[in-house]
Amino acid sequence: MSDSEEPQQKTVIGIAFGNSNSSIAFTSLDGKAEVIANEEGDRQIPSVLSYVGDEEYHGAQAKSQLIRNPKNTIAYFRDFLGKSFADIDPTNAHSSAHPIQHETGVAFSVEEKTDAEPSTLTVSEVTTRHIKRLQESAADFLGKPIDGCVITVPTDFSEAQRKLLSEASKASGLEVLQIIHEPVASLLAYTAREETSHPVDKTVLVLDIGGTRTDAAVIASRGGMFTLLATQHDYELGGRQFDDALVDHFSKEFIKKHKTDPRENERSLAKLKLECEATKKTLSLSTSAQISIESLAGGFDFHSTVNRLRFDLLSKKLVDQIVGLVESVVNKAGMDLTDINEVILAGGTSHTPKIASRIQQLFPSNTAVQAPATNPNALNPSELSARGAAIQASLIAEFEAEDIEQSTHPAVTVTPHLPKPIGVAIHSPEGDEGKAEDKVYVFLDAETAVPARRTATFVGTQVGGDVLIRIVEAKRESVDVTPPKEVKEKTNGTDEDDDDDEEEEEERVIKRVTEVEKVIAEALLKDVKKGQKVEVMLNVAGDLTLTITARVIGGKGGIRGTVPGRAQ
Amino acid sequence: MNVVATKHTLLPAEPEWPHEGGFHILEHLSEPTHRNLEPVGPHYLAHARRKRHHRTFSEDDRIVAAQQAKNVEDADPGEISEPEDAMLLSRDPKDWKNQDHYAVLGISKYRWKATDEQIKRAHRKKVLKHHPDKKAAAGGVDDDNFFKCIQKAMEILTDPVKRRQYDSVDEFADVDPPSRKAKGNIYKLWNPVFDSESRFSKKKPVPRFGDDKSTKAEVEEFYNFWYNFDSWRTFEYLDEDVPDDNENRDQKRHVERKNKAARAKRKTEDTARLRKIVDDALAMDVRLQKFRKEEKLQKDAKKIAREAEEKRLAEEAKKKAEEDARRKEEEEAVLKASKADAKKAKEAAKNAAKKNKRVLRKGAEDANYFHADGAAPPDVISNVLADVELLITKLDNEELDVVAKKLAGLKVSDEIKSVLVDSIRGTVSKGSTAEGDFKVLLK
Repeated sequence: MSDSEEPQQKTVIGIAFGNSNSSIAFTSLDGKAEVIANEEGDRQIPSVLSYVGDEEYHGAQAKSQLIRNPKNTIAYFRDFLGKSFADIDPTNAHSSAHPIQHETGVAFSVEEKTDAEPSTLTVSEVTTRHIKRLQESAADFLGKPIDGCVITVPTDFSEAQRKLLSEASKASGLEVLQIIHEPVASLLAYTAREETSHPVDKTVLVLDIGGTRTDAAVIASRGGMFTLLATQHDYELGGRQFDDALVDHFSKEFIKKHKTDPRENERSLAKLKLECEATKKTLSLSTSAQISIESLAGGFDFHSTVNRLRFDLLSKKLVDQIVGLVESVVNKAGMDLTDINEVILAGGTSHTPKIASRIQQLFPSNTAVQAPATNPNALNPSELSARGAAIQASLIAEFEAEDIEQSTHPAVTVTPHLPKPIGVAIHSPEGDEGKAEDKVYVFLDAETAVPARRTATFVGTQVGGDVLIRIVEAKRESVDVTPPKEVKEKTNGTDEDDDDDEEEEEERVIKRVTEVEKVIAEALLKDVKKGQKVEVMLNVAGDLTLTITARVIGGKGGIRGTVPGRAQ
Repeated sequence: MNVVATKHTLLPAEPEWPHEGGFHILEHLSEPTHRNLEPVGPHYLAHARRKRHHRTFSEDDRIVAAQQAKNVEDADPGEISEPEDAMLLSRDPKDWKNQDHYAVLGISKYRWKATDEQIKRAHRKKVLKHHPDKKAAAGGVDDDNFFKCIQKAMEILTDPVKRRQYDSVDEFADVDPPSRKAKGNIYKLWNPVFDSESRFSKKKPVPRFGDDKSTKAEVEEFYNFWYNFDSWRTFEYLDEDVPDDNENRDQKRHVERKNKAARAKRKTEDTARLRKIVDDALAMDVRLQKFRKEEKLQKDAKKIAREAEEKRLAEEAKKKAEEDARRKEEEEAVLKASKADAKKAKEAAKNAAKKNKRVLRKGAEDANYFHADGAAPPDVISNVLADVELLITKLDNEELDVVAKKLAGLKVSDEIKSVLVDSIRGTVSKGSTAEGDFKVLLK
């Protein structure tokens, strides 16, 4: 009888464990991911722990302790996990508890209790405490104990770091079902929002601008499956640098008035930094923002305003760096900017409108840039990872641990990917021979994981008669189609979206078109009447055996052929 | 499956198709690149499922569809069709107290385990079949007896209080306990008995009798639970009908009192019955003996271990005592030896000193008491000897030895004298004597 109570719904959450902020999300009964606010109402919970007297503070409360009690406040510890002391960059932890060497790893020394010797907390221990607090917040919000979680990490997290994170979480009493990559989680958050169960194939660039670092990743999304094609990281570019730009700006203003530099006093600097972060956030929402700090330095209060234009000027260099990072990651993936169909901006700093608009300018106008500034329907960039993790958690909640283990095993994840797009040659309209027009309808784009299967219908023939189905490997080429504008618009009558990308630079118009590179096979479909539709299905098996099935819809004719893989 | 509808037109075929059949292969696909898929998202999970079970797309589609269909079926709460025998169909609805309500509804295999949902469905099924209007329409006699039985069964089984009352006296659900002499697997004999009795427990879950793998704690908990069994079993169902109010009040009260007494009596009997069952089970339970034996073995093992430990300790102590005694003896022997040695050395030194003193005196004598010629006069002799004696008392044994060695072999009186004078000077310089103490030798 107790068996019937067994298959209870497990309560699982997604955790985005960031260097600066963490967030937690769960999937509601209707399948929508929602980010959970902690007791203080924060959805972005600072990854900070502070020890004051016998109390442990967490989140925003701990962060405000950076002003008064920096020595006993631990911040920016995520990236130290699983690294040796020699390998870490302690810059970010300068204004909080300093990392120290401990055995093979990194630790912090803080006064946990009043009148007691300072205790040494390893990064793993700090992580455990942090996750425990997150778990408590989630359990309080949901009103039931949490059974498991999915945690997101950057793509450069090593196997050892993942293992340590998993152990740290287990030590806090929370089972880690899976550890997934942040950019992939962000992409999943968007993909899951689409209503269709058959996602469109696209190549996505996920730009994650966090508090202390920026990561860019090019991901091929093919049939809802994701493959990382290239990643690029900048560990010295993030929200903090934007804050510092404001800090410098206001410091100069303060020096002008009071002849004191607030940056020279640690406490003044901490105050100013915190306020500048808030000002920066305000500037993402409105065109001007105020800053007011009581007794900033030398007993002087400080009040000022800054407008968005000024901030954009101050941070121009940083935005340039971001653009450079984006270009380099696309190059690293061996692609052209026009090959990117969608850009997802993630991370808190992505709220900054200037970044979104610069990215939008960089890419062709039909490349969707998912950021609050460019798309009113965009999801909150700060919440993407947590949402993605929550969705993944709900998908695998009912799996046995062994099932998850097997499903994420390299034997299953390592998959052959098509090096070239595969498609069917299509008829170009009369008189456009040699012009910028697609010659191939792409079924399976490059970097599609096999086995894969796609189906499409075509207009058989305009005149009636036999139809040739020529299966080809395609290539993409940039064609200069600058002259007369009218021609360009006329040729634009196709609904193929990823191939008629345009980029307007002065007068030049560049167009990406698909060309035939290699003909794989030909099939003949006889006696197709005018206007009849033809359905073609391509199925590539794991050993690259290509099976083509073509039939006339509503007719009797059909043909099937198989191209064996090279190994046979 | 997703089909993309395009507006593209396919190529027209050449008028002459040069190949045989409708399909012609020119090339193979290019070599693939191997990449890591991100193990995330519903489509990946589908991919992993296909790959792990080596399924193709269409196979997987079919299996997943079949599973979904099966899931729906599983939601159906059990099969509720049992054959109806003629006896049951011809029951008199007035005799409802003796009727097996579960059998009437066709769920006698579930009995007290039947869920409300099952009862409802079973009732609906029976009603559809036995509704009197249906029978009348089919041209049968106007017989609604069995329908009344069904309604009565439904009335009792859907009312929680009435259902408990009925379940309390549902003999069909009882499992008779095995007799004390019964042979065979006690777990097979007793488990069904306790499973059936467990339905009366107020406390859930009820510990099971278990099997030979049950731990001692489990078995103890089992007997503990059953000896303190908290039963909701009641016997109102067996009450005699209480006459209507308007007949005889006294009669009514009498019946009520009788019923109450009967209930109490039955309850006591039931408690006793259960107690006997548990006693019997306890008597037959071989596990308890096993546990006792194990415990004894354990205790014995502990005892043996403890004794061995004690023995070992005693031996060790003995050894240590012997060792100590031996060491002491040795030490004493060494001490004795060294004492003897010291004594000997002392005596030797004494002898040597005596000898040396003699040498000194003999030296003075040999030198004719440093008298120029002829026999020395007695006063010279006594003075010289007094000086020599004084010197001897002032020198310690080593110095005596040194002086004696210097004197050995010397015959010339001046040389002897100079040696003696040197040693006297030595003693004087050390401050142990004064020059004036010596009467002749320093002159």
